[in-house]
Amino acid sequence: MDKMPKWADVVLIPLISLILAAALSALVILAIGEDPVAAVRLMVSGALGSTYGWGYTLYYATNFMFTGLAVAVAFHARMFNIGGEGQAMLGGLGVALMCLYVPWPHWTLALIGASTLAALFGAAWAAIPAWLQAKRGSHIVITTIMFNFIASAVLNYVLVNLMRPQGSMDPATARFPEPVHLPTLHELLAPIGINFSKAAPANVSLLVAVAACVLVWLLIWRTRLGYEIRAYGHSETGALYAGISPVRITMIAMLISGGLAGMMAINNVMGEAERLVLNATEGAGFIGIAVALMGRSHPFGVFLAAILFGFLYQGGAELALWTSIPRELIVVIQALVILFTGALDNMVRMPLEKLFLSLRKGRA
Amino acid sequence: MTLLKSLMGAAAAMALSAGAALAEPALIFDLGGKFDKSFNEAAFTGAQRWADETGGSFREIELQSEAQREQALRRFAEAGANPIITMGFAMADPLSNVAPDYPDTKFVVVDVTWIAGDNIRQIGFAEHEGSYLVGMLAAMASKSGTVGFVGGMDVPLIRHFGCGYAQGVKSVSPDAKIIANMTGTTPAAWNDPVKGSELTKAQISQGADVVYAAAGGTGVGVLQTAADEGILSIGVDSNQNHLHPGKVLTSMLKRVDVAVYDAMKAGGEVETGVFVLGLAEDGVGYALDDNNAALISPEMKAAVDAAREQIISGELKVTSYYENDSCPVLDF
Repeated sequence: MDKMPKWADVVLIPLISLILAAALSALVILAIGEDPVAAVRLMVSGALGSTYGWGYTLYYATNFMFTGLAVAVAFHARMFNIGGEGQAMLGGLGVALMCLYVPWPHWTLALIGASTLAALFGAAWAAIPAWLQAKRGSHIVITTIMFNFIASAVLNYVLVNLMRPQGSMDPATARFPEPVHLPTLHELLAPIGINFSKAAPANVSLLVAVAACVLVWLLIWRTRLGYEIRAYGHSETGALYAGISPVRITMIAMLISGGLAGMMAINNVMGEAERLVLNATEGAGFIGIAVALMGRSHPFGVFLAAILFGFLYQGGAELALWTSIPRELIVVIQALVILFTGALDNMVRMPLEKLFLSLRKGRA
Repeated sequence: MTLLKSLMGAAAAMALSAGAALAEPALIFDLGGKFDKSFNEAAFTGAQRWADETGGSFREIELQSEAQREQALRRFAEAGANPIITMGFAMADPLSNVAPDYPDTKFVVVDVTWIAGDNIRQIGFAEHEGSYLVGMLAAMASKSGTVGFVGGMDVPLIRHFGCGYAQGVKSVSPDAKIIANMTGTTPAAWNDPVKGSELTKAQISQGADVVYAAAGGTGVGVLQTAADEGILSIGVDSNQNHLHPGKVLTSMLKRVDVAVYDAMKAGGEVETGVFVLGLAEDGVGYALDDNNAALISPEMKAAVDAAREQIISGELKVTSYYENDSCPVLDF
C-alpha cells in the first residue's frame, strides 16, 4: 500500500502541480504579449511585499480557511458539500441580524454572538440536504448546489424587501453600528509595536479561523466522533457493522460543515464590509473545495492552501490594477492553479508513484 | 475607525512604486465588465473618446470582487489619479467611506445621487423618462398588444426602468399587456445572455412582439433572440441599434459616455455635487439612426417628440419607482 513516502505526498505533489500551473500561466501571459516575469513579480510584491498586501492576502485566506475546513470535514465522511456558498450567505444573514438588532456593548461579545448565529444559520442551511441524504438518499452534491441558488434568492428577497434601509438603492443592509466593529490586524498589532497597514481588511477573525483549524484537527483525529466520521467515510458498511449510525454521522458531519461555512461571514460581513451586501461570498464557498482538495482535507493543509489562494486573489487584483492583462485572463491563471492542484491531482501522482516504486525496486 | 483610516496612507503608498504621482484619470468598471455592450461599455466609450481627442491616457480596472471596490479606490487615490470615475450604485457605500480620506482627489460616481461628500460628483439619470419614450414606441410598434420587459438584476434601479416603460406603453394603449421578467437576483444577472434569450423566448410564446432589455450584458442575448425570432427589441444604455440593423426598434440612451467624457475633460477641476440628467439635459433619450429609421414612422416620431417636450416642460409627469417603491401600472 505504501507507495510513496509521506513527504512526497504532502509536499512534492502540490509543488509540482503548482509549478506546472505557473508554467502554463506564463505561456498564457506570453501569448497576450505581456511579460510573465514582471507579472509574477508584481503579484508577489503586491500580495506579499508589504503589510498592505499581506492584509488583503490574509483577509481572503480567512474566508478560504472557513470554507476549506467546511468542505474538508464533509470529505472525511465521504460527502461532497458544494453548498458552502449558500451556507456562507445564510451565515452572513445571521451576522447581520445579530449586529443590527442587538445592542452589543463590546465587540468581543458581538463576535461570539455573531459567530454563533452565523454557524447556526449555516448549519441549518446544510441540515436540509443532509437530512435528505441521510433519510431519502437524495444525492448531497445535487441538493447542496441547488440550495446555493435558494440561498441567493432568499438573501436577495431579504435584502431588497426587508433589510434595505429606506431610500437606499443598493440592495444591502445599513452599516453595522460602531461597537460591533472588529479590530483589524493593524489595531491588534499596534500595541506590540508592529505597524501593520491600516487599509487592509484582515481582522481578528483570522485568529478565529486559525483556532477553527486546530479545533477541526482535534475533532477529526482526537475524538471519538472524529473517528466515527472517518470510519464512516472509509466504509459505510464497516461503520454500520461497528454500530455507527449513518444517519447520525451524515447529519453531524454536515451540520459541522455548514456551521464552518456560515462562520466565514464574521470575516467578510462583520470584519470587512460591516454591512451585508448581496454578493458578499463571491465564490469563496467554491474556492473552499479547491482549498480542501489541495490541503488533502487536513486542517494544516487547508491553512496553507487558503493562504496560497489568498495570494492568488490579491496578486490577481494587483495585476488588474497595474497591468493591461484583462481580468478574464487573471481568472484563467487562478483556474489553472485550481485545475492542477485539485482536478488533475492524479496526473502528477501516478507517474510519481511509479517513480518511487521503481526506485524502491532498484534498492531491493 | 474613520479617524484611523484617515491617517492611513503612508505605508501603502510607499509600497506602491509602480504608478506614483500621475495625475491621469482613473476609471473603475463595475462587475459586469468593460465590454458589456451597455452600461460599462458606454463609460469606456466616453473615456476612449477623451483619450483619442486629447492624447491622454487613463487607468482602468474591471472589478472582480466586492472587496476590490474600496481597494481600487484607495490604490488609485494614493497613486494620484484624479478624477477617479466609478460606475454603478454598488460603489456608493465604499465611496462614502473612502472619499473623505482623500480630500484633494475628485471622485465621480454614476448612478448614485444620495451620498454625502464635498469631493464627489454624483451623476444620476432620469431613466424613467427615457424608458417612457421607448415604451410609447413599443406600444405603437406592437401588433399583438403585448410587449415584454427583460430586466437584469432585480433591484430598484431596474424596476425604475421597467416602471417608466410600462407607463409609456399604457399611455399609448391602455389595454396593452406588459410581461416583465428579471434575469436573476445576483450580479451574475448583468451578464447572462443565455438566460436573457430564454426569457425572450418565453415572452414571445406569451404573445410579446416588442421586448425591452434593461439588463446590461444580458441584453445581448435578448436582442439576438428577438432578431432570430423576427420580433422587435429595444436596447439600453448605449445605442444598440447597430447590433441587428432593422430588428432593433430603438435604444434607450443613457448618456453615461457623455458623463464620463465631461468628467475626464474637466480633469481635477471637475465640479462636484449632485447632477440628475433627464430628457431636458439630454442625459437620456431614444436612439434614431440609419439602422432603425425604417421602423420609426413619422407619426411615431411626432408622438414621442411631443411627449418629450411635455415631460421637459413638466406638463407630463412620469412617476418614478423610487417615490414610493412601487409602480402604479406594473407589478414586479
